[in-house]
Amino acid sequence: MSAELQSVALSWQDQLPVLQIIIPFFAGPLIVLLGSRRLAWPMAFAASVAALVIAMMLLSRVIDGGFISYHMGGWAPPIGIEYRIDAANALVLVLIAAIAVVVLPFAKVSIAAEVPRRHHALFYAMFMLCFTGLMGVVITGDAFNVFVFLEISSLSTYVLVAKGASKDKRALTAAYDYLIMGTIGATFFVIGLGFLYMATGTLNMADLADRIALLGPNRTVQAGFAFIVIGMALKAAMFPLHHWLPNAYNYAPSAVTAFLAATATKAAVYVMLRFMFSVFQPEFVADSGVAAYIIGPLAVLAMFVASFIAVFQNNFKRMLAYSSIAQIGYMLLGISFFNHNGLTATMVHLFNHGITKAALFMAVGALVLRTGTTFYDRIAGMGRVMPFTGAAVVVAGLSLIGVPGTAGFISKWVLVQAAFDNGLWWMALAIMASSLLAVIYVWRVVEALYLKAPNPEAVHKEAPLMMIVPIWIMAGSTVWFGFDTSLTLGAAEMAATALLNGSSGLAEIATSAMQ
Amino acid sequence: MTLDYILGHMNYWFFVILMMIGLYIVISYGNLVKKIVGLNIFQAAVFMLYISMGKITGGTAPIFPTDLQGKIQIDPNIVYTNPVPHVLILTAIVVGIATTSLGLALIVRIREQYDSIEEQEILDIDAATAHAENLAHGQAMGGRA
Repeated sequence: MSAELQSVALSWQDQLPVLQIIIPFFAGPLIVLLGSRRLAWPMAFAASVAALVIAMMLLSRVIDGGFISYHMGGWAPPIGIEYRIDAANALVLVLIAAIAVVVLPFAKVSIAAEVPRRHHALFYAMFMLCFTGLMGVVITGDAFNVFVFLEISSLSTYVLVAKGASKDKRALTAAYDYLIMGTIGATFFVIGLGFLYMATGTLNMADLADRIALLGPNRTVQAGFAFIVIGMALKAAMFPLHHWLPNAYNYAPSAVTAFLAATATKAAVYVMLRFMFSVFQPEFVADSGVAAYIIGPLAVLAMFVASFIAVFQNNFKRMLAYSSIAQIGYMLLGISFFNHNGLTATMVHLFNHGITKAALFMAVGALVLRTGTTFYDRIAGMGRVMPFTGAAVVVAGLSLIGVPGTAGFISKWVLVQAAFDNGLWWMALAIMASSLLAVIYVWRVVEALYLKAPNPEAVHKEAPLMMIVPIWIMAGSTVWFGFDTSLTLGAAEMAATALLNGSSGLAEIATSAMQ
Repeated sequence: MTLDYILGHMNYWFFVILMMIGLYIVISYGNLVKKIVGLNIFQAAVFMLYISMGKITGGTAPIFPTDLQGKIQIDPNIVYTNPVPHVLILTAIVVGIATTSLGLALIVRIREQYDSIEEQEILDIDAATAHAENLAHGQAMGGRA
């Protein structure tokens, strides 16, 4: 009977999970093989649009709960590699794909100005590989597969960061530092997986979860957990493991920074969530005290220290990089609360901060195009000559602070609720206080942009439409998701419920794609 | 801890020692190439961890013998070593090579731009650049910032 069923051809809809990865993955090498500068961008753009459509279709199928299990090559898990999509990763998939689709048109102009022409085709190939890696990290249900995709995305990220070298040679050292730190992080992650494999003999996440639960307290599993959390914390730039981030973001080409800031650390936070809640059960993590005694305090430190450093920056782009570290603090704080609202806050902030930072870093790119750098003295008064870019900075800046009516407010509101759920009223005050620091650093930019005479050396012209439209799509969506929260909050709540329930176990053949 | 226990876990002791040596080199050495070497030792230690755990006492290579007709003969009495960790580590070795080559390529570019591969010299050059930038910015902002 089973042999007969196995031979039934899958409809194209059942193949969506693998198409999600394969389309951008093949776009990369294809761009290199064709080697055409004119074809590179359209191919990259078409592949990301296809990925976004697929991600939306996947999200629509899992937003009401449940999950899709796809078996690579027809090999059933736990032997074969499984792709598993539920509300938590479908939301992240949509975020990453949407950011890629919006950033690419922006990149066409920005990269043309910042990267030598002969590197353009290779640049888009690398961009596609990085995109594939991030999508793969999020979609897969196999622990070792996470590592492979993580390294695909990381290695291409190092190259993308180093591409900033034609503007500033410090991009090279930034990329080198990132390579060293990123490799240590990824290797820690592999060591952790090794320990888990030693104790359980499996690599499928759902199977791992079942077997870890059966094992009971086990020192090998605990060691594995420690390695995995540290490795991912490095990739997510958890304070104080953030050393690589400010330089990498500051010296990378603007389009790369916009893409990375909105996606790369988010994917790492997602993997951390996935391992803490779906692989190790919530009870295991609660017993270890990692969330309450390590992630929580470090998150609060990040919120204050990184925001404080951001206040004293004299460079818009670098300020935003430090602000990113602080914002990751909010996401980790949500995890450390360890309740439903906390995880909802983490998921929803992951999304909201992604779109906010994409808007801001793209605005940085527009300013770089016209002024050359983003030091406050150089961008002085540019808000008056570039009204659309300036207004987008203000709108996204308000979302960064968390003003009501913007997406940033929604995530902070849920986060404060989570603090009250745990009876930590002073934590709610801390969230407010660190938002006040955000007011200061955003105000410094607004002051520079509007309250000074325009910099006479800069080109006094609004950024081209190819930049303004992506910037405003992102800035507009920070306002949109500040009012219409059904998609973001709905998916985030569903994700939080799924995560808190722990693993949903190995997929039954009946529910899987191999029906 | 008996002698048997210590000797029996020889591979794992080597893993711990090599890993620590590698990590120490990455952190303490200022030469960029030496850092990459340290990273390689660190990764090689992990390869050793994986390969060690695939070994089963008395296990042989996991290849099923075939008879003359090409049919697979499985003898239930033979213990096979677990091949999965070896396969995993093949992937990790490829990743390691990619990382090393990218790191070395970056060093070549750094050498072209900075004329040095010593971390301290590069940091000094970067610090001087940053200082000049900050000074220019401060003067442009009227000595206020």
